[in-house]
Amino acid sequence: MDIKIDVKHLNLFYAEKQALHDVSISLQSHQTTALIGPSGCGKSSFLRCLNRMNDIIPSARCEGQVILDGEDIYARSVDVVEVRTRVGMVFQKPNPFPRSIFENVAYGPRIHGLFKSKADLNDIVEGSLTRAALFNEVKDRLHQPATRLSGGQQQRLCIARAIAVNPEVILMDEPCSALDPIATAKVEELIDDLREKFTIVIVTHNLQQAARVSQKTAFFHSGYLVEEGETGALFTTPQDERTQGYITGRYG
Amino acid sequence: MTDHIVKAYDDELNTLHELIHHMGEMTVQQIDKAIQSIIKGDEKLAHKVIETDDEINLLEVKIDELAVRIIALRQPVAFDLRTVVAALKISNQVERIADYATNIARRTLMLHDMPHLPLVEGLPALLKIPKRMFERALVAFATHDLNLALHVWHMDREVDELFNEYLTELFNAMIADPKNVGPCTQLLFAAKNIERIGDQSTNIAEAVYTLVTGKQFKESDPQ
Repeated sequence: MDIKIDVKHLNLFYAEKQALHDVSISLQSHQTTALIGPSGCGKSSFLRCLNRMNDIIPSARCEGQVILDGEDIYARSVDVVEVRTRVGMVFQKPNPFPRSIFENVAYGPRIHGLFKSKADLNDIVEGSLTRAALFNEVKDRLHQPATRLSGGQQQRLCIARAIAVNPEVILMDEPCSALDPIATAKVEELIDDLREKFTIVIVTHNLQQAARVSQKTAFFHSGYLVEEGETGALFTTPQDERTQGYITGRYG
Repeated sequence: MTDHIVKAYDDELNTLHELIHHMGEMTVQQIDKAIQSIIKGDEKLAHKVIETDDEINLLEVKIDELAVRIIALRQPVAFDLRTVVAALKISNQVERIADYATNIARRTLMLHDMPHLPLVEGLPALLKIPKRMFERALVAFATHDLNLALHVWHMDREVDELFNEYLTELFNAMIADPKNVGPCTQLLFAAKNIERIGDQSTNIAEAVYTLVTGKQFKESDPQ
């Protein structure tokens, strides 16, 4: 299996406080890797290192390497905008722009100039909405405000928006925490479909969700990567006492 | 192991252990009574054993229900999941062992009109190791004791040897006098039931092995 992102000896600091300690992990292509761990363990901070989202925090400082297809995304020569195009992100709360459904998806391709004609753009929007399993629900109202959609639909719209610029990796930070079980199931089904084309990294507090959607799971604790491995193995026979404690609800 | 944050979860897992412990204790008593009944020809005691079997069957149902409830409501993982799976398997083995006790008690009733054979006195000696295996397997489950489980597994070889020796004695008695064929056949069934207690106890030991190590037990590599 190919390695999509190879993280080597990653340390992250917010001013004086160290948030991540010497994290090394290889993320495989076309797999979903779930990041789990208690609040404040560093899993979201780690996720944000993967597309340099921490750059926007002035006090954040990063050491080590995040190698995307053989190239360190923290190297001087690298264009951060290009990194974020290749490594897209979906957030906890659905955050559609206050525009139409169509415009939400078209936004990325527009600013990146990813289409030649109007017909091209229509194809991208329809393709992205289809891949996000939303097109059939919204095809008759593409030009209505996105904010009128339900929470679950809005989140799938955000996923459509993320995939419209044709990324290689999709980072998801608690994408279902604001959704009901049906909407959650739809997003989870979507995650499974999407990994054929993309590499997915998902942060979740829902352990059953991590078990359901991922092939690999990584457990973070106090800024350290404690254990990572095949999801089935991690949830049946965790090797570290801390992992065992956390996933069985003995943490405290 | 540290307690769960949710106390009720711990209570349920503890109840699961207690039920198996209780079921095991009852089954040991059943075995003892069954053997006593056959040696002394005590039919009243044999009937008591047969009647009590229902209570043990009910305990198995109770354990099954609790295990399913824990799976549904707590979604156990890792050691907790393995505990619930082990409990399901073990309660099933214990129930089988209780059935063997009942079968032995039935032999007591069958032997009623047959000539008394001194060979019946050999059954307690035959039972000694299987019963010990069973008791130790239950302790291994309660205490998550891997070494004890492996020890139980190794004890079974001795049971097989003793069983074969006893079998030879029964055959010799049958050859010596055809009148012995009837009672010897009953004793043969009883002996086979005793031998099976050892087998089921190794199954319990294997379930404990998986519980503790997270790996399936392989006969090829018992440490």
